Amino acid sequence: MTGTTSETAPQTQASAPGGLVKDVVTLDRVVIRLAGDSGDGMQLTGNRFTSETASLGNDVSTLPNFPAEIRAPTGTLPGVSSFQLHFADHDIMTPGDAPDVLVAMNPAALKANLADLPGGGLLIVDSDEFTARNLAKVGYAENPLEDGSLEGWQLVSVPLTSMTTDALADSGLGKKEAERSKNMFTLGLLSWMYHRPTEGTIRFLERQFRRKPEIAAANIAAFRAGFNYGETTEAFAVSYEIKPAPMAPGTYRNISGNQALAYGLVAAGVRSGLPVFLGAYPITPASDVLHELSKHKAFGVRTFQAEDEIAGIGAALGASFGGALGVTTTSGPGVALKSETVGLAVMTELPLVIVDVQRGGPSTGLPTKTEQSDLLQAMFGRNGEAPVPVVAPRSPADCFDAAIEAARIALTYRTPVFLLSDGYLANGAEPWSVPDTDSLPDLRVEFATEPNGTDAAGDPVFLPYLRDPETLARPWAVPGTKALQHRIGGLEKADGTGNISYDPANHDHMTRIRQAKVDGIAASLPPTEVDDPDGDAKVLVIGWGSTYGPIGAACRRIRRSGRSIAQVHLRHVNPLPADLGDIIRSYDRVVCPEMNLGQLSLLLRAEYLVDVHSHTQVRGLPFRAAELAAVLQDVIDSTGPEVQS
Amino acid sequence: MTTHPIDEHVHELGMPAFDQRIADAVARSVELGGEKQTTLKAKDLKTDQEVRWCPGCGDYVILNAVQSFLPSLGIAREDMVIVSGIGCSSRFPYYMNTYGMHSIHGRAPAIATGLAASRPDLSVWVVTGDGDALSIGGNHLIHTLRRNVNLTILLFNNRIYGLTKGQYSPTSELGKVTKSTPMGSLDHPFNPVSLALGADATFVGRAMDSDRKGLTEVLRQAAEHQGTALVEIYQNCNIFNDGAFELLKDPLTGTQWSIPLVHGEKIVFGPDGASCVVADGWGGLRVAETNQVDEADIVVHDAHREDPAYAFALSRLSSQDLRYTPMGVFRSVAKPTYDAMMTDQLEDARSGQPADLDRLLRGSDTWTVEA
Ligand code: SF4
Repeated sequence: MTGTTSETAPQTQASAPGGLVKDVVTLDRVVIRLAGDSGDGMQLTGNRFTSETASLGNDVSTLPNFPAEIRAPTGTLPGVSSFQLHFADHDIMTPGDAPDVLVAMNPAALKANLADLPGGGLLIVDSDEFTARNLAKVGYAENPLEDGSLEGWQLVSVPLTSMTTDALADSGLGKKEAERSKNMFTLGLLSWMYHRPTEGTIRFLERQFRRKPEIAAANIAAFRAGFNYGETTEAFAVSYEIKPAPMAPGTYRNISGNQALAYGLVAAGVRSGLPVFLGAYPITPASDVLHELSKHKAFGVRTFQAEDEIAGIGAALGASFGGALGVTTTSGPGVALKSETVGLAVMTELPLVIVDVQRGGPSTGLPTKTEQSDLLQAMFGRNGEAPVPVVAPRSPADCFDAAIEAARIALTYRTPVFLLSDGYLANGAEPWSVPDTDSLPDLRVEFATEPNGTDAAGDPVFLPYLRDPETLARPWAVPGTKALQHRIGGLEKADGTGNISYDPANHDHMTRIRQAKVDGIAASLPPTEVDDPDGDAKVLVIGWGSTYGPIGAACRRIRRSGRSIAQVHLRHVNPLPADLGDIIRSYDRVVCPEMNLGQLSLLLRAEYLVDVHSHTQVRGLPFRAAELAAVLQDVIDSTGPEVQS
Repeated sequence: MTTHPIDEHVHELGMPAFDQRIADAVARSVELGGEKQTTLKAKDLKTDQEVRWCPGCGDYVILNAVQSFLPSLGIAREDMVIVSGIGCSSRFPYYMNTYGMHSIHGRAPAIATGLAASRPDLSVWVVTGDGDALSIGGNHLIHTLRRNVNLTILLFNNRIYGLTKGQYSPTSELGKVTKSTPMGSLDHPFNPVSLALGADATFVGRAMDSDRKGLTEVLRQAAEHQGTALVEIYQNCNIFNDGAFELLKDPLTGTQWSIPLVHGEKIVFGPDGASCVVADGWGGLRVAETNQVDEADIVVHDAHREDPAYAFALSRLSSQDLRYTPMGVFRSVAKPTYDAMMTDQLEDARSGQPADLDRLLRGSDTWTVEA
């Protein structure tokens, strides 16, 4: 059943839990999708299962998928929320293309997700919810649990709701309230099925409902009842074991992209010795970064929920002028509003990190779905020649390092920097090897403390636009500093003095030097890593951002099929690494998969005059590794020796 | 490495310990350059930049008044920051030998908020105009006022767009004929004082560009105020809206139509104190003839009244053509400032659980993979 794509044959052994003889099957990987109404607590259930799984030492990758509406009508298709997690005894890169197991808490969840469950997959449904009324809501004329339409799957129909209320009969809770614990019953059942530890969840529930002990007790009782049900029922004859994945030694935790990003910003504040100032306006899917940072005032992190996106970035820039590490967080529509202030930051040459957690666009688009379509907005979405560095994380945990890198560039070069995350990274989670904080980059920069030039009369003066010869960064003199008072602003600056200048030659010079400063960042980047284990690949696949997982998984499939492929994944999209041109030109074909209509491809073609093969998809969901592998395979197979000649 | 050592600099500056490196830079600059000068003269605040307003513009007199007044605060010029938006008045920072930022249209209050909230040791000023503050930047203005961030906003109201050469502004009177309204403006104007009071501003004053004494007095009170102070300054644009405030400036009509506000004094005005302000019986105020009312009914101006409704009623006395225009401080009430509360929260958080980055990153659910 499960683990249909597993690389090793399931190993079966008999065991006798609870007196009943049950088989234990060892799998190398499983993908489970939990689907229910948005009110059913699927995200919480998924997160708990993820934590249990991670603590067991499996590698894990998750993909939450929830509706844009906060509370769509109960039991309807738009109200379906799901959480997919992939865990394995080896290093994995994606939340899995298709689930091996689907848990459907109601008919809507079944209808919305069944097509993704491959034939033969395990399907667990809450039979209590398959009432005539609920079936009618989603247009089932017949009950699919009874009409034979689910014969192609291993259907296990369990009255999850009523078993939960039965288990809580003595809890003192009303029926409605007791029913709400059905997600914990389900979690208990899954925990038994997959041999997950239970203590973490019990501790979590006690913590979560500290102030409502009766609710904590009910949830724990439901969780245990679900576990015991698995152990005793005949409905499940087998349980599964997934051995821990071999991972590098270290201390691990599970972390989501938004949390890692927020931690990266806190760490950047600590490592630069500067207070972090976040100016932000709530927007999906970036708000969690604001929430997270607002908890860390003890680190000197100031969070300011502004009246709008423009004020969010404005306040951050004002704080940067005052010597803080200014940060603003948003998604695509917010970037559109912030553009003018990004331009001001380019002109005033102050450090600023602009976090864009991308979502489906244009306009309001798909707020809860993922996309990579703001790259060109980040690159060019401003008036005038206004170059801004662009940094992108590749996985949820990598958001931590990417945030530190964005801060490094902002502080070193005195420039706004775009950090392009996306909805998939933001809400997805994976194990993270917690770094030793002393090993994090040292981000300290010097403030200017004394005049750096002389005027015509030979008196010392401060020249706010006198540049560091190496980085081309201008001095950062914060208000309060003796004798360095100066004025900056959006009007063109005279080189050196920073006074207003309309001089044609000066404008030409300043425009070029701002560009040269950003281009010069490339000199600080490490050599690009090319993953070409066979060393004879003719096709290079290049990506940026959250496609790293699916592209990497696709490359593994390709290599398992005996073909060679090289992979490059960009951390820096602007400036591009200095060695990238040579790398790209050394392959016969270059494929660039993106969740947009070819934005990086456009940049690569323009930069290197190479005919990049653009493979794109904008479904609001990450690529599926299998589909991507098929595309890459076609490219490889069509790149014969004759093409090389 | 994860906790911040405390140094005396930050305490001297009244800054939280996290701002150590900023405080160190300031301290270092004093070591290198000598103590900051807090006894300034007006000329110390001038820059070498040529002032480029039109000759005769009201902005000149405001600049002079501000440069003459600021030294009385005893604040070093390094500790003053002027943030402006876009418009004629927003050129102001270039002419002030302080720190400054000439930002983008309408956004100065937002930028100044970030600066003032993170640097409570600075004296932060916003210079803006009627188009900048009330049209494109209206949202930032009202939110800054309600938050009560410690900064002073000087709103130069010339009732016209000057820099873009003469379109009507959000304070232009209904029917105003301008380049963009050849048949007269259809927009009902804002009364900036009413708007600020509607946003629950803790300090609102109004002054005339040419009235050095009155302007200085309002500036003095605004600068002393803890929180956001809004000062509307009537400013003559002699190129595109010349004489807009003539009714109030003319010695004869000025006495008749201006209502000077002095805290604790009866509101009596006009030639020989012939007019006064009394309650209108509907919760508002009206102008009456002094000799027609019982002296006890004349309103005694109380700028410290908690309820902004009184100051609002005062602001509503004036008409679009400026008859019955109260001048002075409408409202000045004490409320906690945003920056002080933010600093308190930071210090509270820090005393609760000292910052430890390692502990934060580990969280509560970790597992270890042995070598
Ligand atoms: S246009 Fe008007 S407001 Fe602007 S500088 Fe000239 S006179 Fe002053």
